Amino acid sequence: MRLTLRQRQIIWAYVFMSVALVFFVVIRWYPTILAFNVSFRDWNVFEGSGPWVGMENYQEIWEDAGKPRSSVTAAFSNTVRYVLFGVPSQLVLALGIALLLAQIRRLAAFFRVAYFAPYVTSAVAVAFVWNWLYQPETGLLNQALDLVGLPQQPFTKSPTQALPSITAVAVWQNLGFAVIIFLAGIQQIPSIYYEAARIDGANSWHIFWRITLPLLNPIIVYLTVLGTISYLRLFALVQNMSPQGTGGPLKSTTTVVLEVYREGFSSYKMGYAGALTVLLFLLILLITIVQLRFLSRRVEY
Amino acid sequence: MKQSKLFILLSALLVAALLLAACPAPAAPAEPAPEAVSQEAAAAEEVIEIEYWQYNFAARVEAMDQLIQMFEEENPNIKVIHNADIPYAEFRDKIAASVPAGVGPDVATLFYGWQSAWIDAGYLTPLPEDAFPPSMVEEQFSPMVQASFVDGTLYTLPTAVRTLALFYNKDLMEAAGLDPNSPPSSLGALRDQAVHCTQRDDDDNLVVEGFVVDPSAQDHHWFREVLVRQFGGVPYSDDYGEVLYNDEAGLQAWNYLLSFHTELATGDRDLFDGSTNAFVGGHVCFHVDGSFRLGTIANNNPDMNFGVIELPEHNGVKSTFGSYWTHGLTKKAAEDPARFDAAVKFLQFITSAEAGALWVEIVGELPAQLEAGSDPELLADEKLGAFAAGLEYAYATFFADESQQRQALIDAFDLVILTDEDPATALEIAAETDQEILDEFRTSR
Repeated sequence: MRLTLRQRQIIWAYVFMSVALVFFVVIRWYPTILAFNVSFRDWNVFEGSGPWVGMENYQEIWEDAGKPRSSVTAAFSNTVRYVLFGVPSQLVLALGIALLLAQIRRLAAFFRVAYFAPYVTSAVAVAFVWNWLYQPETGLLNQALDLVGLPQQPFTKSPTQALPSITAVAVWQNLGFAVIIFLAGIQQIPSIYYEAARIDGANSWHIFWRITLPLLNPIIVYLTVLGTISYLRLFALVQNMSPQGTGGPLKSTTTVVLEVYREGFSSYKMGYAGALTVLLFLLILLITIVQLRFLSRRVEY
Repeated sequence: MKQSKLFILLSALLVAALLLAACPAPAAPAEPAPEAVSQEAAAAEEVIEIEYWQYNFAARVEAMDQLIQMFEEENPNIKVIHNADIPYAEFRDKIAASVPAGVGPDVATLFYGWQSAWIDAGYLTPLPEDAFPPSMVEEQFSPMVQASFVDGTLYTLPTAVRTLALFYNKDLMEAAGLDPNSPPSSLGALRDQAVHCTQRDDDDNLVVEGFVVDPSAQDHHWFREVLVRQFGGVPYSDDYGEVLYNDEAGLQAWNYLLSFHTELATGDRDLFDGSTNAFVGGHVCFHVDGSFRLGTIANNNPDMNFGVIELPEHNGVKSTFGSYWTHGLTKKAAEDPARFDAAVKFLQFITSAEAGALWVEIVGELPAQLEAGSDPELLADEKLGAFAAGLEYAYATFFADESQQRQALIDAFDLVILTDEDPATALEIAAETDQEILDEFRTSR
């Protein structure tokens, strides 16, 4: 049996893709499935196994969540706050910057690189730089406040300011990615719509609300879903910007992933950590489904 | 026809992928590899290899390399593989990851405060009593090493131990008009001199900090094992099963600790990158820290003019906190009798007085064996003497979960400093949290 050129091309495509598939199966799916399994066991990392305990780990999380000053409750409520503060500010800022960048021709490439650079920088490096900027007394931000006669701020050292301070860094870091995607979306909108609108006498404001924004809807949905997931999984910045990496002060910045790490690798409670992971997975799944269901709508002209 | 062939090819690939994916699953660590059995038979004449792991710290690596060389010369049929490539921050993760992978150390170095978690996890094997009789440990080792007995069973032994003492910056004292030859020897003097030594600029910013309290550094130990005892209390019941520092004496100790931050304002733990870095950088007059900090200072600020004295006393009570990195035998070593014997021999060697004497030379940590620790030359040492003097009255807290128990005190401190919580209430909360951690440990066993 002779294969046509087309068929051989297809087979080779699958062969190459299967290499990536092996990677995903071994490195991504297998541990993911294992995490579900671990969450139902009294799993001890040193023994590499443990007895099946059913829902006990989940029950323990539920009981811990009911205690005063609970780390679990703080982790989930902080995680939600990171999403609520982070995602909208990221979208609005990125859209604004993308609209401005779409206007300019000179130095456009430079600005794109400048906005994108933080995104490709390691979160740990970003955290260290911002730790210095946020320093009390000697930090650049506090010196600037001093200069204009405003009182110094504790930023990451204060239980009330720490979470917004870290969110701001996350927004700053992720902004570039959103800007580039928005920019691509804006450039995809056919200019005939704008021309037609101008002829009909629409002003810039109308054009933005009636043409640009609705046509960017798929991009907004995409960025909202991705952004939400990235804030739900926030870890490296908190680990490196809170005192001793514990999600403090007073648990004010801890996240679910940070608690997973602490329970798993500091207290060696892998089953408990696994159960937290599964809960986070379900939370992400639920939020993503809801977002896709309610945010996606086709816009046609 | 063509379609089905394509289908078969793809299915075969998928099966191959899944088989590959399934591979890690059966590689359970408990299963001894077949070659291990044959190795055992040939062990009599062959060289036995054991693996030793510690975290990367240049002086420790060098000292251990020398010890291993000496040990191998004495025992030509044992070869010790020394793995010290793991950074401190990742050490516990790597150990944890090594077990499911079926590799890892036969002899591992761990912080004594981690013992509970490692024993609970079934990772450590009790030390054989014939090689390490409890009476020998009691007679020859510093009393703090008793913390290596968990529920009466000895699990680990150290080469060296550390204690806390008071560091003082002579130049800053002199600049503030204090006599650098009479550093504070009592809690009252520490308070007075710290206030005197604190300097602020015109904008009221701290330039020189007299004394900085930071419970996330060594001060949570200082509070529990030193201050509480000096104000007439005890931090825990004798078996470390019950929290007792939330009484009147504990509260006095707690208020003393807080006063440096609240009423006296002799320092701010957030300045100059934390209290320890602030002292090493020459911005702080007095600082409670361990002998291990001598090396940090020698590396980072060798010209600093400083001294070390025993921790200030109060009500005639002297106390200090002792801690140590200790060595345990893993369950991997216990799987093979020949390797276990070799590991026991190695552990005996590295916990000998001889090893302790070499260790203090290179690393600057005090020998765990009293014989080497009470060496007059060591006691007379300008810097190490103060730490060595503490060996006889040092307490090592038994921790069920060191990081969580420390966090309980950090949070209580933060409650007062950051949210103006009543000190007594904050201490009560810390005690409650601490007690919960201890209870959970007891019930889980």
